[in-house]
Amino acid sequence: MADKLSKIEKRTAYALILPAILLVFSIILFPIFANIWISFKEVELKDIRIPEPRAKKIIKSIPEDLTKLKIVYKLRNSSLLENITDVKLKDKLPANIEFINIDPRCNFKSRTLSCSFGEWKAKYRENLEFIIYNVNGNSIDKKSLKSKKPKLSGKADNILLTTNFTLNNFKKVFFKNDFKDLLLTTFYFTFFGTLGAIIFGVLAAQLVNQKFSGRTFMRSILLFPYVGPVVALAYTWTLLLDPNSGTLNAILIKFQILDQPINLLGQKYLTFQFLGIDLKLRLALTTVIFFEIWRYFPLAFLFVLARLQAIPKDLYEAADVDGAGPLNKFFNITFPQITAIISILFMIRFIWNFNKFEDIFLLTGGASGTRTLPINVYEQGFAISNIGMGSAVSMVIVLILIIFMILYFKLIGKRANEL
Amino acid sequence: MNYKSTLIYLIISTLYLLTLKLVWIILSVLQGLEMTSITLEKNLILGLSISLLSILFGNKINLLIKNLGLSLVFTYFFYIYNTVAPIWFYFGIFVIYLFFLNNIKNYDLKYLNKPHVIETTIFKYITLFGIVFFSLVILFPFYLMLITSFKTQASLLMNPLDFSLDFTKSFKEFFKSYFVVFKTYNFSRYILTSTIVSIGTVIITLLFAIPAAYAVARLNFFGKTFLSTSILIIYMFPAIVLVIPLYTIFSQLGLRNSISGLLIVYTATTLPVAIYMLQGYFKSIPKEIEDAALIDGHNWFGIILKIIIPLSLPAIASVALYVFMIAWNEFLFSLMFLDNPKTFTLSRAINYLSGDAETPRQFLMAGSVIVTLPILLIFIYFEKYLVGGLTSGSIKG
Repeated sequence: MADKLSKIEKRTAYALILPAILLVFSIILFPIFANIWISFKEVELKDIRIPEPRAKKIIKSIPEDLTKLKIVYKLRNSSLLENITDVKLKDKLPANIEFINIDPRCNFKSRTLSCSFGEWKAKYRENLEFIIYNVNGNSIDKKSLKSKKPKLSGKADNILLTTNFTLNNFKKVFFKNDFKDLLLTTFYFTFFGTLGAIIFGVLAAQLVNQKFSGRTFMRSILLFPYVGPVVALAYTWTLLLDPNSGTLNAILIKFQILDQPINLLGQKYLTFQFLGIDLKLRLALTTVIFFEIWRYFPLAFLFVLARLQAIPKDLYEAADVDGAGPLNKFFNITFPQITAIISILFMIRFIWNFNKFEDIFLLTGGASGTRTLPINVYEQGFAISNIGMGSAVSMVIVLILIIFMILYFKLIGKRANEL
Repeated sequence: MNYKSTLIYLIISTLYLLTLKLVWIILSVLQGLEMTSITLEKNLILGLSISLLSILFGNKINLLIKNLGLSLVFTYFFYIYNTVAPIWFYFGIFVIYLFFLNNIKNYDLKYLNKPHVIETTIFKYITLFGIVFFSLVILFPFYLMLITSFKTQASLLMNPLDFSLDFTKSFKEFFKSYFVVFKTYNFSRYILTSTIVSIGTVIITLLFAIPAAYAVARLNFFGKTFLSTSILIIYMFPAIVLVIPLYTIFSQLGLRNSISGLLIVYTATTLPVAIYMLQGYFKSIPKEIEDAALIDGHNWFGIILKIIIPLSLPAIASVALYVFMIAWNEFLFSLMFLDNPKTFTLSRAINYLSGDAETPRQFLMAGSVIVTLPILLIFIYFEKYLVGGLTSGSIKG
């Protein structure tokens, strides 16, 4: 009985899970394997379209003889690069029609015209012409002739399915793509973006954990940047920071803090003197990092606040009895309680910021020194139209990611489930 | 009198008052106030003296009278020391003084002698500064977005600092950008697409996720532990890695530029999070209820439908809202998969508008308001559930 029940249980479990697994497998896992496959191929955007034979039917009347018509099939190979073999055409014509001249590649039987052309080279074009007449001697109904479209079939190599592999993409990624700069920018962006978001998150959480009027209102507001759509927020920031008519520059100039507008999103470096040393700051990248912090500190805030509110009150009361000041309380009670959550947040946010695409893409499009690895995937794949290269770059991301994940699970994997 | 703590209190509170005033001045300048320079020294002296007077008076006189009186007197001093401005500006200053005095009402000479008073003061003011700082930094971009959508191109270019709204305009003129965005740029279609895609994603995700989460939470089967670990790993996989292969596959299958293609991708990417969130909640439901139902002759389907779903409605609401938010805000896949304006979602449409440098910015901002407002309203209305969803699922995103 128990055995039978557990069998049913197993079967039910598989039935319940299967739809979800199939979907996730086909849309997430399969593409990841496909990505490995593509990254070893030299594929461009225009190669993705499978070559197919095409035909356009044109009907022309012959003025001297109304019982006859001319049919022209404009044939072509849709691909400029690939050949198509075994091309066949089939077209069904209305009743009582006969051909005067028929191409040797074609035959006409039981109202159906079928032709087999063999191989079409790339860019192949031909106009196939026939003259037809009506057996009854009446004029032919053009409309019914036009209404049916010819059917074509053919075999073509799908460039994605061939087995020509090459390492060229990876060679280019590592040696011709400013790889070092790319990696450095990505890490700079990720590290400071994550760190900043956590610092501001802790500050905000500490703030909301105090008692003051309007506290719940403040808590809602603090989550706005994360809840709002990235497109709207990024464009608002571009408007705010615009050098010519942006509000921020206008305010700074109005109060005489700046005398020249500063292009926060379009200037690669800002050189300034500090203690007599010339320093260079990656300005556009720093601005993008601030946007990133602005958008994601609410998350850190939310997690840290949840932790803070779970700290037992009597710990603080005991500290009060011992005469501890607020600073003492923060470092000896609060801080040890939130280090665990901070380390988990840091690891997870680090992984996520490492893959951030939209924010940078919308603010700068990867210009002025803000090109990170994910931006490069898009650039290679869609701006330069080199799908293979794009895949190779994203494979590099996956590899780095796997290293992070192993680290993550080694260090704090078990704690993640307690969140 | 404790000189050290008094001095520190005076300095910090003066700085705080100055910050409040500065924020008010900036906001006033945006409403068209002409004020090119602030006399910093005089304002410092004003701030120091009001804080000093407040602690000297202490609670010797009625708090309300003290606050009102001091505010009135100092607003008058402020009026004398600074350039002429309209009456509403001074009213704002008056309110700031009142607010400030209310913040420091606990401070008097006795209080400043207490232990740890310096630390407490610093902590208190960090909180106060924090409130001002965070509200300003967060709300200002939203404020800019809203105001810009009501302005005209010419006035924006002439004076980017002019945030004042002209309420004398007719209704149609006032909401002109919105009319244009709906009529010329077809935004009603995009709103519809976005709504269909988001709600569709929520429904399909829940249909797939609830049974799967139940199985993971309750049933025993081979590969269960493997499955629950893989859920966690898969949901940390980034979208940018999926973009190229999905683009090629969808191109060959003819799924690009279609709402169904978008639905499939959104569902698949949110599914692991949804399962992860739901199974955690399902585990917390006492198993005895199900056992009883099993004995009563219900099958698994009946149990999910009649027991699990009704008992976990709050969790399902959290997941639904979270998935809705992700789908509504999603940009990367809609950028990659949609290039026919007929299938655009709102986010993609705004991105498309901005691609044309000729598009006036007030139209862009009107579009941004249209995409932001629904999600913020939903967030405010269902905050409890969405926060629940965020905390359990949004390590991702």
